[in-house]
Amino acid sequence: MTMPYYVAPEQVMKDRAEYAQKGIARGRSLVATVFDKGILLVAENPSKTLHKISEIYDRVAFAGVGKYNEYDQLRVAGVRHADTKGFAYSREDVDARSLANLYAQYLGQVFTHEMKPLEVEILVAELGAGPRPTQLFHVAYEGTITDEEHFAVLGGEAEPIREQFAQSYVDGWTLLEAIRAAIAALAGPDRTLEPEQVEVAVLTDGHGRRTFRRIEDQDLTELLEG
Amino acid sequence: MALPLFDPTEDPGPSFTALLSREGMGDLRQIQDHGITQAHGTTVLAIRYADGVIMAGDRRATEGHSIAHRSMEKVFPADRYSAVAIAGSAGMAVEMVRLFQVQLEHYEKVEGVTLSLEGKANQLAQMVRAHLPMAMQGFVVVPLFCGFDIARSTGRIFTYDPAGGHYEETDFQTTGSGGRDARQTIKLGYRENLSRSEAIELAVLSLYEAADGDSATGGPDLVRGIFPIIATVTAEGYDRVPDDEIAERFTEAVERRRSTGGDAGGTLR
Repeated sequence: MTMPYYVAPEQVMKDRAEYAQKGIARGRSLVATVFDKGILLVAENPSKTLHKISEIYDRVAFAGVGKYNEYDQLRVAGVRHADTKGFAYSREDVDARSLANLYAQYLGQVFTHEMKPLEVEILVAELGAGPRPTQLFHVAYEGTITDEEHFAVLGGEAEPIREQFAQSYVDGWTLLEAIRAAIAALAGPDRTLEPEQVEVAVLTDGHGRRTFRRIEDQDLTELLEG
Repeated sequence: MALPLFDPTEDPGPSFTALLSREGMGDLRQIQDHGITQAHGTTVLAIRYADGVIMAGDRRATEGHSIAHRSMEKVFPADRYSAVAIAGSAGMAVEMVRLFQVQLEHYEKVEGVTLSLEGKANQLAQMVRAHLPMAMQGFVVVPLFCGFDIARSTGRIFTYDPAGGHYEETDFQTTGSGGRDARQTIKLGYRENLSRSEAIELAVLSLYEAADGDSATGGPDLVRGIFPIIATVTAEGYDRVPDDEIAERFTEAVERRRSTGGDAGGTLR
């Protein structure tokens, strides 16, 4: 019988973290920010059908970066959780915090117990109503959860994007200002991103119960030009 | 609640009802007591018109021979482009509608696309069929489903029987205890390509006649200001006709009938 090699736990965690970070860094980044009328989510994504940003519930949106099949599985689990909860209790009882906690627990569990960590970062956004504030929950690949009040940046190149975006961020800015800043930050100093290369969605009131709305290429072009 | 993750072989897919049974919550839609008096919803109708479909329903629920509710709602949006109206065992029917609404939205969110109108009609048929054991015990639910078919750009109406059979109707249909009276009235007044206003008028008169001939159907309640619910489903989606507009139409109809001593007076009006 061969004895397994001893590897220090510190080393195991470090290796896993590195593995996950590398996986996430291969994908494109994403910016989410609060603006005067709601929440804006912008991702660099050339695909029109494989979405990074999706609807979870009436006032809750999901965004993921990294490996598509892994965050999409989490997205579907989120929709299932929210719909079951809303059906069993009431639509008002569905919130982003409990879902973000579940994601954090699951990601933490996989990170410490499985061979391979998930190569994803998740954002759960909730549009506030009444006493409930607007919130952005950022869940990292190892299950670390942070709540952001103003904006969040996800992805491999988050640091430079965050720096640039933080400089342009203004409290209570408009949708157009926020989209321009988000696209510029995602593009970085050396590139420009066309409307076809980004995926944009918002959570805003005024369209009935479901607040999630995609801003498709044509509308986005018109918005940016007008 | 844990995060609902499944093995690929166990995955319920985009079906919310399948998800509920995986989660052990499958009987949520079968909770009921035996031997209680149950509320019944009565007359609902759907008429095709130029822009899509109009759906209407009275507000009365009965328990035996007494009135259980005077302001019950029987017409619901199923999703953006479809509506469902119910007659029969009220508690069961409302619960079925709630489940149906979540089922459609769940599919849309998981799959990223909406079901076709035909697909939605089939889904509802499966729910009615799953409800058959309850129907055999007297808790019959008979929905009426209509929607705007985006692919064909036309309104379509589907009716159901308690066994889950569903049938597409060409122009109009009614269900519930006053359905027969309502249907006769629509039959007399129906034409191709009615305008929105004409379709509302026909719905108003049909519900008036249903309430006139059927004791379980509620007419316009002028004392309490409770009027039937009317909604349209068009290319713009589900839209409930404002209460003021409905109240005005019913008040006019009642005035006309008063002037002729209760009869239509020679023409459908």
